[in-house]
Amino acid sequence: MTAERLIGGYPASMRESIEKVAASRAKRLKAGPPAPLDAAGREEILQKFHPDYKGEKKRAVKVGPSAGELMPHEVADLLEAHPVVDPASIDLAHPDLSVKVLILGGGGAGSVAALFAREEGIPTDQILITTKLRHGDCNSIMAQGGIQAADRPQDSPAIHYLDVLGGGHYTNQPELVEGLVHDAPMIIDWHERLGVMYDKVDGSYLEAHGGGTSRMRMHSAKDYTGMEIMRVLRDEVRNLGIPVLEFSPAAELLLDERGHAAGAVLYNMETEEYVVVKADAVVMATGGFGRLHIQGFPTTNHYGATADGLVLAYRAGARLIDMDSVQYHPTGVAYPAAILGQLATEKLRNQGAVPVNADGEAFVYPLEPRDVEAAAIIRECYERGKGVTTPSGVRGVWLDTPMIEEIHGKGTIKKRLAAMWMMWNRHDIDITVDPALVFPTLHYQNGGIEIKADASTQIPGLFAGGECEGGVHGKNRLMGNSLLDYNVYGRRAGRSAAGWAKEHAAGELSLAHVTAYENGLKQAKIKTDRKAPLLLPDYRSEAVRARAVRIL
Amino acid sequence: MEDNKSVQLFIMGKAYQVPAGLTIMDAMEYAGYRFVRGAGCRSGFCGACATVYRKAGEYRLEFALACQEMVEDGMYLTQLPFTPAPRSEYALETLDPRENVLLQYYPEVARCVSCNTCTKSCPQDIEVMDYIQAALRGDVAKTAELSFDCIQCGLCTMRCPADIKHYHVAQLARRLYGRYQSPVPEHLTDRLEEIAAGTFDGEIEEMMAMSLDDLKRRYAKRTIEEGSE
Repeated sequence: MTAERLIGGYPASMRESIEKVAASRAKRLKAGPPAPLDAAGREEILQKFHPDYKGEKKRAVKVGPSAGELMPHEVADLLEAHPVVDPASIDLAHPDLSVKVLILGGGGAGSVAALFAREEGIPTDQILITTKLRHGDCNSIMAQGGIQAADRPQDSPAIHYLDVLGGGHYTNQPELVEGLVHDAPMIIDWHERLGVMYDKVDGSYLEAHGGGTSRMRMHSAKDYTGMEIMRVLRDEVRNLGIPVLEFSPAAELLLDERGHAAGAVLYNMETEEYVVVKADAVVMATGGFGRLHIQGFPTTNHYGATADGLVLAYRAGARLIDMDSVQYHPTGVAYPAAILGQLATEKLRNQGAVPVNADGEAFVYPLEPRDVEAAAIIRECYERGKGVTTPSGVRGVWLDTPMIEEIHGKGTIKKRLAAMWMMWNRHDIDITVDPALVFPTLHYQNGGIEIKADASTQIPGLFAGGECEGGVHGKNRLMGNSLLDYNVYGRRAGRSAAGWAKEHAAGELSLAHVTAYENGLKQAKIKTDRKAPLLLPDYRSEAVRARAVRIL
Repeated sequence: MEDNKSVQLFIMGKAYQVPAGLTIMDAMEYAGYRFVRGAGCRSGFCGACATVYRKAGEYRLEFALACQEMVEDGMYLTQLPFTPAPRSEYALETLDPRENVLLQYYPEVARCVSCNTCTKSCPQDIEVMDYIQAALRGDVAKTAELSFDCIQCGLCTMRCPADIKHYHVAQLARRLYGRYQSPVPEHLTDRLEEIAAGTFDGEIEEMMAMSLDDLKRRYAKRTIEEGSE
């Protein structure tokens, strides 16, 4: 590759296609977007083009409570792996800390769980949040587009219920969907009292569609919705003085002699010490798995999204559900390469931007459920050959962002999509004038730890909320239901954990389940030097890794 | 931007050769750094990777997020992964935004000398000094509006000669605005009453009991509300 001159952030080789997009814009605006697909059309495009439907990219996991179920190789690799700590080397007789409610994960779900555990009467010094990075370094803070709640007269929780189930191809757990839609308006009200600044106009919420919604119920805070909610939750945790231990992820769950969750072994990533925490109830709120880069996809996820909680809960006996399903967000950044895979929010499409191919033609309804939309973009690039190829060889389609300004007026993007404008503007691309190049990116762990409506797992005393749990979204999540999920099930997990802790005291701490799991690996004849949890991905260059030695 | 030539980068003064076209974060990793601190969302939303740098031949310090800023030849840089600024504790539900709550909880905003260093150090291009001035006047709404894009990286506070805790002031202002100056829409309150009365329970229970085929038919017959907002 040689350096190409850039015009408005794009190389001259991509400009030709941009001109075609500009030339067809007025006509496309007049004609409106292509019609949505019917059920058969959706099914066909998913089968042929969605990455989830490629059988060879998955295998049946050989050990543990969900043995025999198909999972992406990257997940199966972590489940078929040795523990990072040798149970025999940990002193469990003298816990370093002892609390009533231990919350693993300092993102959205963990923060909500802590606030509601306190509201249920657990004293703040008897709650502990531990987290891998900083409090609030999580996927929750990165969500842009919005949060669903059926609160307008023409909408209802029942309509929301049907949208969620259809979007998830009817694979969702009905009682979890019921919980999600039932609690949604109450969650928005709770946020209001905490001081979250939702977008409003004339005394009502500014509510929009998302992919797969039949009513406009997407509440937003510009395109910083996740950040606005997360920073308020974090501020409230700080106001209340709830302790947070940062850079201390859980390396293993602890059970007691009855098999109840009883705490965790933490790993202080800075001092490399272990810390034993005894707890009467444990909330798993460790988030998702984007940094596993399933099928080699880039990801929108934060640095620590490595599925640690799945591994820990699974070793301790919790079943996983819907782990064969992965959400690829239809529109990740395809150009420039420096921000490849970062999120181009669905709000761009709910405000009017339409995906357009290299010839300036619209080819898909812009608000299909995410899996369908992603499959259509993959088809356009790889079957129909109508993608645009970047200088580094990445293919993508245009998201025609200037349409937003045409529909809602000049200045709309800077006002409602400030984060998106800034992201591309840092690379000299002005999305009010030129379209943005996009391609699907690994976005969300649809499945996870199996829970009931009260956020309890199969392990007594262990509760789970947020992206680490599964069943709410089935095989496909709709936009705006992840922020909602972590609030609804983070709350239920916090309340349930508090209730459990009031009635149960942890017994004698044990890692026997880890030893038993090791035996299971042996019996399944799994020979590997892999270790899990992963904690952090390693992005050092090959050259450095090949010469790395550990001396200090 | 997208070419294969390499650039020299000075990480805390030490030279490394890295490919051009990378963000500062990717370049540091390429050089061999494995972050524990200093990396978070990697998309410009969390403020974990606040970075101070100077370009070759320049005297001025510049400020950026390592995950968003591109490397340039001769760049000297360091990260500031933590800001040791105190924040005030408060119970939002007891505050009265008509009083100058911001000044009360963060009296040092009165020390602002209008040097504008905070604004110049903001990687989000926020008019930081303007919102501090608004806070000083007790204008909660203006402070909230101007500070909305703040990712709380702390660079403003690290640079301020008056030791103002800008991002904490702004957080309090936004919460005050959200709770007290942006009323809850009536349709939300109405909906909460309906939910409490069980208005929708029957319809949802009916769908929960429905056969898959009936559910699919019901889904196919949904009416889609017109409009984009």
